[in-house]
This record gives sequence, C-alpha cells and structure tokens, in this order.
Amino acid sequence: MRPDDNMPGLLSALYASARRDLLLAWKRPGDILNPLFFFAMVGTLFPLAVGPSVEQLQFIGPGVLWVAALLAMLLSLNGLFLADFEDGSLEQLLVSPQPLVLLALGKTVAHWLTTGLPLVIISPLMAVTFHMPPQSIGVLMLTLGLGTISLSLLGSIGAALTVGLHRGTALLSLLILPVGMPVLIFGARSVSLAAAGDTYSAGVSALAAYAVGALALAPYATAAALRISNE
Amino acid sequence: MDALAMGGYGAYVWSCFAMTFAVFVFNSWRARVRHRAVYRDLEVRIKAVEERL
Amino acid sequence: MLTFLHKMASPPHFYGLANTLGPWLAVPGYLLIAFGAFAGLFVAPPDYQQGDAFRIIYVHVPAAYLSMMAYMLMAVASGIGLIWRIKLAHAVAAAAAPLGAAFTLLALATGSIWGKPMWGTWWEWGDPRLTSELILLFLYFGYMALRSAIDDTVKADKASAVLALVGAVNVPIIHFSVEWWSSLHQGPTLVKEGGPAMDPAMLYPLLAMIVGFTLVFGAQVLRRIRTEVLYRERRTNWVRHMILTPEGES
Repeated sequence: MRPDDNMPGLLSALYASARRDLLLAWKRPGDILNPLFFFAMVGTLFPLAVGPSVEQLQFIGPGVLWVAALLAMLLSLNGLFLADFEDGSLEQLLVSPQPLVLLALGKTVAHWLTTGLPLVIISPLMAVTFHMPPQSIGVLMLTLGLGTISLSLLGSIGAALTVGLHRGTALLSLLILPVGMPVLIFGARSVSLAAAGDTYSAGVSALAAYAVGALALAPYATAAALRISNE
Repeated sequence: MDALAMGGYGAYVWSCFAMTFAVFVFNSWRARVRHRAVYRDLEVRIKAVEERL
Repeated sequence: MLTFLHKMASPPHFYGLANTLGPWLAVPGYLLIAFGAFAGLFVAPPDYQQGDAFRIIYVHVPAAYLSMMAYMLMAVASGIGLIWRIKLAHAVAAAAAPLGAAFTLLALATGSIWGKPMWGTWWEWGDPRLTSELILLFLYFGYMALRSAIDDTVKADKASAVLALVGAVNVPIIHFSVEWWSSLHQGPTLVKEGGPAMDPAMLYPLLAMIVGFTLVFGAQVLRRIRTEVLYRERRTNWVRHMILTPEGES
C-alpha cells in the first residue's frame, strides 16, 4: 500500500484536530465551565461591590463585561497546548505529515467553540445584571464573538511560545495584554456607544478586520512558535 | 535665577532633565560594568583551562 | 557590498568594528545633547501657552521617539535572525531591548511629569500617545520576560523573535485603537499636532536632541551587542585566542 493512499485531505485534518479537542473538552466539562463561571462571577461580584445604582451599573457594564471576558479567555488559553505537551501528544502533532498550521488552527477553533462561543451565549444574561439597554445587547454579543475569535487566534501564539515554561501563566498574561488591548478597546467602547444610541460601526468594523487578519496570519505564527518551543 | 525657576515650573522641568541624565549615565555604566564582568569571568575560566593543559 | 555585509555578520569582525565605531557615535552624540539641552533650556523662547514647562519636550520627545526606534530595531533584527538564521542579528535584538525599555520608561515618566502642570493630573488616559507608550512598555517587558524564561539561547532567540514580530505588527493597530478611543472624548494632548510649525529657535534644539539621543543610543547598543557576542561566543576559538593574547580590553 503506497503511503499516499488513505492520506486524509487538508480539510479533514483540520476537522480531525478540532474534533479531537472538542471530544476531550466534552469529557472534561470543567474546562468549558471554568471560564464561564469566572465570567459569571465577575458579572455578579461587580454589582455587589459598586452598589445597585442602575445608572452606575449601566455605565460600567460594557467595560466590566469585556474585561471579564478577556480574563476568562486568558485563563483558558494557558491550557490550550499544555495537556498535549505533558502527555507527549504535542510531539506527535509536530511530526505528523499534516501541516502543523492546520492542526494548530483546529485546536484553536475548538478552543473558541468551547470558550469564546459560550461566553457570547451567556453574555445577554450578564448584560441584564448590569441593566444594559436592549439595543446594546446585540452589539455586546457581536463584539464578544468577533473579539474572542481574535483572542483565541492571537492567544494561541502566546500559548505556543510559553507552553511548559516555568510560570507560564503569568508570562502568557503579560504577552497577551498588548495584543488584547485593541480588541478590548474596540469591543467595550462599541458597546458603550450602542448603549448611548450613538453609531458604533467603526469599532465593530475594526474588530471584524482584526479577526480576519488574525485568522489569516496567526496560525502560521502559532505553528512556528510550536516548533520553536519543542525543538 | 529665573533659569532655575523656569517661570514657576522649575521642579518639573529640572526633574525631567535630571532623570534623563541619570538614565544615560546608568545605561552607560551598566553596559560597561556588565561587559567587564563577562570578560573577567571568561578570562578566569579560559585561563584555568589553559593551566591544566 | 555583499562581502562587507557577510563580514559584518561575522561575530569577531563585528566585535572589533563595534569597538572602534562606538566613540564615533558617542562623542558627537553627547555634544549634540549638550548643545540641544542648553539651547532648549536657556535659548529657546518660552511657549505662549505652556510657558517654560514646554521645555520638557526636549527630553520627552527624543525619549519617546527612541523607544519606538529601538523596538523597530529589535523587530527587524529579530526578523533577519529568524529568516536568514544570522546569530548576530539575535544578539542585536537582545541588546536593544533593555535600552528601549529604559527610554520607554523615561518617556512615560517625563510625560507624566509634564502632564501635571498641564492637565493637573499625573496621568491622562485621553492622551493617545502616552497610553500607547504604556503598552509599548508591556511589549518590552513581555519580550525580556520571555527571553529570561527560556534557558537555551537558540530557543530563546527564536521564541522572542516571533514575539517581537507579532508585537511589531500590533504596534500600529494599538496606536490606531487608542487614537480612536481617545477621540471619542476630546482629550488634551501633550505635543501639539502642529509639530514642526514651531519657531525655529524652538525646533533646532529639538532636532539636535533627537539626533544626539539616537547617536548615543547607537553607541550604547553597540557596546551591549559586544557583550552579548562575547558571551554567546564564549566557547569559540577566536574568543579564546583574544582573551589569552595580552591586550588592553575596555
């Protein structure tokens, strides 16, 4: 049998990589629930800490929720490659005949589906606790969706660079911070603008452009980073 | 004397310039010290190896 | 030309060249800074809006400019090292980082001090440049932290190179996002957008300072590169030979 027979195509490699991580996450619901719980926790602790004033909560709502989402993503990114690194599966990925770029992208997609997407889904609930006006909730979901996509993609570069390093989590946070900032700014401010009834399209377009750029470029950087960290 | 006062902003202006001066001095000194330390350390190691040969 | 570049990439040649070149950069650099500082402090007329406080511009702007130049140097050197596998390029990046971070801190400190009499606060989030500088500082810290977290030099070089490049791509985006953000409510800025529409007596000292800072930075980074090279090449024959031959080392 020639080695070319039965060699999976590129798309199925991507799919297989994503599917694997999704199954793993399904078996360990804690991985999905932890960031969600963190997000919800921040959402409930802030009103308790600053007081029930509706006006005040509405004012800080977009910012607080966005920061909470950013931190939740950050917490989960650390584990993106860690489990595979520890049990040797990462090496298998590296020597696989499939392009590493696609395999890494598959894992990143799975990460977004298990972390970013759930955040988007429960965000309306959190928006309610901050009394956010209805017209801003849709924008909140949209910006969180686009923003978390960028964060998963760009965060995977940081995760690849720091996998297995001593104090990796702290370092990862430091590395992600400058990258997550534009996302935070565009996202949170767009939601604020929407809540005030102003036009918010500029911020949303910027987020969309950022996500597209990240999708096009980040996987390559992640693959390079994976190779470097595991030589 | 009004050079020192800088129209009332003296403290601000002079602290900035002093800070800048300090940064330059520190950078220069640190680079020199570090280079010398690395060099001395290498000297010791390499000469020790040479003695043994 | 190509042989010149090839020679330059060779550590022993660069080591010697950097030694001779250093003073040629440092001396004119310090002279320009001395001239610029004197003229900026005593010769240039006070600004009609900010009075004598505007003189901080003569250290703040060069520091900020250099903080960005150093990062660009770091990113370009990282790219060259990564793509063409030139070890010396990685040494350049490693040497530039702490200097760049120092200038960034200086820019932030002088910016903050300048802000106090101007805005009444030690910090103004509405100033996009100050905020971007802060993020630049985090970029530098991240780079240096990553370098020190990885023991193997080659690995550290490559990993931090990737980081530097990703950061470089992000710098314009960060700047753009902060500008947009601060434009949402008009915040006061430190340096008037007018720029060189300045009175020449005010402008020349500034130019002198910028060029002077750059030259001195060049001299300091060269010295740091020499130290990096010395350490990285510590097991090679040329280093061994150089240390064993009695000669005056600085």
